[in-house]
Amino acid sequence: MSLDLATTRRIAKLARIGLNDQELEAAQAELGGILGWIEILNEVDVEGVPPMVGTDMASLRQREDVVTDGDRAADILSNAPDRVGPFFTVPKVVE
Amino acid sequence: MLTNLSISAAANGLRRGDFTAVELIDAHLSAIETLNPKLNAYITVTAEEARAAAVQADQTLSAGDAPILTGIPLGIKDLFCTKGVKTTAASRILDNFVPPYESTVTSKLLESGAVFLGKTNLDEFAMGSANLTSHAGPVENPWHRTNDSAALVPGGSSGGSAAAVAAGIAMGATGTDTGGSIRQPAAYCGIVGLKPTYGRCSRWGTIAFASSLDQAGPMTRTVEDAAIMLGAMAGFDPKDSTCSDQAVPDFRAATKRSLKGLRVGIPAEYRAEGMSAEIQAVWQQGIDWLRDAGCEIVDVSLPHTKYGLATYYIIAPAECSSNLARYDGVRFGERVAGKSLDEMYENTRHDGFGEEVRRRILMGTYVLSAGYYDAYYLKAQKIRTLIRRDFTNAFENVDVLLTPTAPTAAFGQNEKPSDPVQMYLNDIFTVPASMAGVPAMSVPVSLDSQGLPLGLQLIGRHFDEETVIAAGAALEKAAAFTARPNLRAGAVA
Repeated sequence: MSLDLATTRRIAKLARIGLNDQELEAAQAELGGILGWIEILNEVDVEGVPPMVGTDMASLRQREDVVTDGDRAADILSNAPDRVGPFFTVPKVVE
Repeated sequence: MLTNLSISAAANGLRRGDFTAVELIDAHLSAIETLNPKLNAYITVTAEEARAAAVQADQTLSAGDAPILTGIPLGIKDLFCTKGVKTTAASRILDNFVPPYESTVTSKLLESGAVFLGKTNLDEFAMGSANLTSHAGPVENPWHRTNDSAALVPGGSSGGSAAAVAAGIAMGATGTDTGGSIRQPAAYCGIVGLKPTYGRCSRWGTIAFASSLDQAGPMTRTVEDAAIMLGAMAGFDPKDSTCSDQAVPDFRAATKRSLKGLRVGIPAEYRAEGMSAEIQAVWQQGIDWLRDAGCEIVDVSLPHTKYGLATYYIIAPAECSSNLARYDGVRFGERVAGKSLDEMYENTRHDGFGEEVRRRILMGTYVLSAGYYDAYYLKAQKIRTLIRRDFTNAFENVDVLLTPTAPTAAFGQNEKPSDPVQMYLNDIFTVPASMAGVPAMSVPVSLDSQGLPLGLQLIGRHFDEETVIAAGAALEKAAAFTARPNLRAGAVA
């Protein structure tokens, strides 16, 4: 299946990856190539086959509903690219 | 020479008092100083911390009853979070990231007494097969072709770890394997690389690429060393819900097992068209060695092998696009300013991620997006079931599988294919075991006609690393592979 430019643009927007026009065209060609290669999977009959979700190697466990960690605001903020006091900051969202 | 020793020999030497941990660590740090500017195997060298840890290790050793890895110098792939030590995933977006916590795997290694020399280079976010996508620059393979000084790739993504171990600037190293990222670089660099069963080692604190595939494992110069390191890395961790609570066996003891009567499967589908005569010959040699060691050789079929790679390139990017959504320039990592919040996200992610990472995020976003999810992602998950079934069926009849690790030896840094799909084909023999979650190991067995190492892969049942290790030890013994690269500690060519 080939990929059109509008779809590529929509995907790039969904991924918040910020491609310029030239990069979009390159991505369209590359993804188109990969998708073409993946078409080999159409040969496989998957009728009635359950999807493999995770690897089922460990069953989910339950634990007591108690606090096991916390009070680490300084650690959590230590890598913030920008902050004011104990807050992460972002560009103004509401005028 | 201290930088040539195996982990098991060094552990014995330290206990006999032949040398101290300080001497051992200093020998490695000075070799790093000489070789790393050329190899670029380490992104960060933690010399001061390593020297302090070595002093501590000598005290522990003299007190007696020191844990197995006490004083052993290891490299840590720069994908494992290390408390207070920069952890970059070889990405610009994490260039200044200093984790306030330690990953479970590295915590366990520290508890076993290991000394970390530094953080090893990798493909950005572990996405690549040649270590050419690192923001810290490419790693050079310490091996060269005979009479040719052209720089070759070390494989990837754990290329820095593989190069460091091969060159003797780490005695062992951690790697992570999502589709072959431990085994393929191990083969390219002539060392042992073991991907354990999915769930054997905790993923907590390891920067995520594709969560249903990522698994940490050891990279070493001997099979016994891999067994020792795996024993220290493995085990239940309540912080990773996919980590198994199966008991950790004595992996090292498995290296001494007899192979009498072991059934070794040879999957017909791995004889892919175009496999070079040289790789076929090495494979046949491996079959003969295991037969001589008392194994019974059995032809088996893994009918969905040819769909493994394409399935992988749906599932891995899908999980990658989801995992990497967290890098948005708000809570950690680099931020690139923008006028609005959306523009800040886009600028940050555009400039912060390299080309291959962006490609996989786009691919993953596409296969998960409305209208395409069923056709791609759900279908791939169903084929993954069939791939795993192939292995389960084969293992009803055999105990272990033997295949080549990679379709070629290492290639030149400037021979990189321009088509991404051609690059992905490097992982054709390693991806199926990742998809199934079964353990697999690459063992170096010989040199090709150009003087480059080639590896063979052993694949075992879920949680049966012991059989993989036993067969690996037999291959290692039969192959007697003792060649070392020209670029190595103490013998810089």
